Amino acid sequence: MADAAILDIDWLSETIGGGIARGSEWLVTAILDHGQPALTLIAAAVDGLGEALDGLLLGVPPWLLALVLSTVALWRVGRGFALFTLVSLCGIFVMGLWEPTVSTLGLVLASTALSLIGGVPLGIWMARSKIADGVGKTLLDLMQTMPAFVYLIPAVLFFGLGRVPGIIATVVFAMPPAVRLTALGIRQVPAELVEAGRAFGCRGHQLLFKIQLPNALPSIMAGVNQTMMMALSMIVVASMIGAGGLGNVVLQGIQRLDIGLGVQSGLAVVLLAVVLDRITQSFGRGFGPDRRRRATAGTARRRWWRR
Amino acid sequence: MTTILPTPTGSSSTRTGQVRLAVRGLRKVFADDPRPALEMLRRGATKAEVLQRLNVNVGVAEAGFEIRAGEIFVIMGLSGSGKSTIVRLLNRLIEPSEGEIRLDGRDLTGLSYSELVDVLRRDMSMVFQSFALLPNRTALENAAFGLEVAGVKRRERREMALAALARVGLADYADRYPDELSGGMQQRVGLARALAKNPTIMLMDEAFSALDPLIRGDMQEELLRLQREDARTIVFISHDAEEAMRIADRIAVMQDGRIVQIGSPAEILRAPANDYVRAFFRGVDASRVLRARDLARPPDDGTAGEPARFRYRVDAAGHFRGVLAGDGASALFGLEPVAADTPIPAILGRVAAAPCPLPVVEADGRFVGVISRAALLAALDRGEDAGREARHG
Repeated sequence: MADAAILDIDWLSETIGGGIARGSEWLVTAILDHGQPALTLIAAAVDGLGEALDGLLLGVPPWLLALVLSTVALWRVGRGFALFTLVSLCGIFVMGLWEPTVSTLGLVLASTALSLIGGVPLGIWMARSKIADGVGKTLLDLMQTMPAFVYLIPAVLFFGLGRVPGIIATVVFAMPPAVRLTALGIRQVPAELVEAGRAFGCRGHQLLFKIQLPNALPSIMAGVNQTMMMALSMIVVASMIGAGGLGNVVLQGIQRLDIGLGVQSGLAVVLLAVVLDRITQSFGRGFGPDRRRRATAGTARRRWWRR
Repeated sequence: MTTILPTPTGSSSTRTGQVRLAVRGLRKVFADDPRPALEMLRRGATKAEVLQRLNVNVGVAEAGFEIRAGEIFVIMGLSGSGKSTIVRLLNRLIEPSEGEIRLDGRDLTGLSYSELVDVLRRDMSMVFQSFALLPNRTALENAAFGLEVAGVKRRERREMALAALARVGLADYADRYPDELSGGMQQRVGLARALAKNPTIMLMDEAFSALDPLIRGDMQEELLRLQREDARTIVFISHDAEEAMRIADRIAVMQDGRIVQIGSPAEILRAPANDYVRAFFRGVDASRVLRARDLARPPDDGTAGEPARFRYRVDAAGHFRGVLAGDGASALFGLEPVAADTPIPAILGRVAAAPCPLPVVEADGRFVGVISRAALLAALDRGEDAGREARHG
């Protein structure tokens, strides 16, 4: 009897473990064999977006891009931070890392855009449906905790090396905060506001667009901020599959044991992160219920201009 | 026990109009399968029994009432008595488990979602205890919300919302955000939002409960003024007896999910249905609610062999003609009857000074009855009396 039980456990572990391994291999093969048209379409769309952003950002002269970013910093945050932005970008330029930095910026923007296009509707759906919430949460846990290298490999199998698998792997990694914070934001809209909407005859879409989304905006913008930060950290890792940008420089530094190059490129990543973080955070404060405060802050800033 | 006899005319403070909203057999239980709980309630089980037996929460055990056009109908009760649930059943923010809600004869419970949305957009507004203003919109945009949802053109809804804000005295604050306004002003915006689309029915859920007493009084005054202007049908939820007495045409008192009494404020003060109702209105200053008509009772006819001390002469049309002393010979001169609408404080002096119980007449001269000093004192004493009764069981 005891032998039989042990045998059973071996058999069970073989069946389940082997099943999972075989299943995922089968899935990858099946997608490769039969999903080629879909894969090509996705690749073309993602590559198109990445290409367009890259071209746009690299097409602009460095001084103009630096000026634009500093102006946004001045408008949204303040003059101290505008100065910081300008100095940071000049520093990156002087270190000779302008091109990879801008390329990374393009990749981050593309990944963030795709994460939001997928993440915000998913978050809305999860806030509205218990079933979607249950399934979605599991999926998000998977996306957040599955080691990135595990899905970098299938991404390469599906899309080859380059920008496309890099962006897609980054989207997988960076989307969860957008989904979670969208769902949370919508659930946190005060019940009486939703009641008021329904009592005045809102249909579902009116309730969503006139009541829930505006009042969830601060939370959603916090999600955008987090997604962008995670995209930035992942896109550096994704350079290992040829995504390009600053990650390549970091990788070179590691491979050549060039500590100076590693520190320089790492610093560029950090500076870019700080600039993006502060700017997106400021948008989080400026929407929804806080709109008025943004307006008064705006007049304060205008007064500074006059001085 | 305080005895204030029902007046022959009944309550004429109730404005008579067509029935707008008729509720019958309305029940709400919060359960996935409401049937066992409903069955228990139909057999007369109480809210507590259903909770104990089935672990099912009962919102409304049973409610039935009719609300007439132009009436302010106050539903009152303690928290947990189901009053806030009832008002949400009326516009189906909460789906009823059973029963019918007829608006102008049409059963709202049977409407499809689209039909219900149409009714909500056209006929019904709601005012919330917590104001429920959208923080990202100005007062004007908030006031225009119902119109916006209903698809009214931008320019038109702006005008209508501005007019509504002007009616509640906030025209100068149209561009302010809710958090720039005081509580009272915020609720005025809530009122403007409800008024802007010109609904025929307004549901007000503890609309003034979150305001401090002075502002609350102002808002009640405001509501009564608006009501004099356009006589809507208002369902007002409250837990404040003074408030109910002040604004209500009729009051429904709820206890544990059931309506225990419906009547005019005077009727409820005069004859509370049970100790709960009596206790509820104990603190109310009766003299502010009652009118001369409510205290008037038929004159003493001098039964039990003893001749009446005064005779009140009434002609064939029921009009008051004069008072004779008990012997039937000498008339009492210079005794002016008091108008039925006179508030009690205004007749204290006259009742005290009159040689006989003071006759009360309607505006058309019809004789209602008389107010004796004893009846007046008993009426004013009712609060204390009721309190003593409640204490001694």
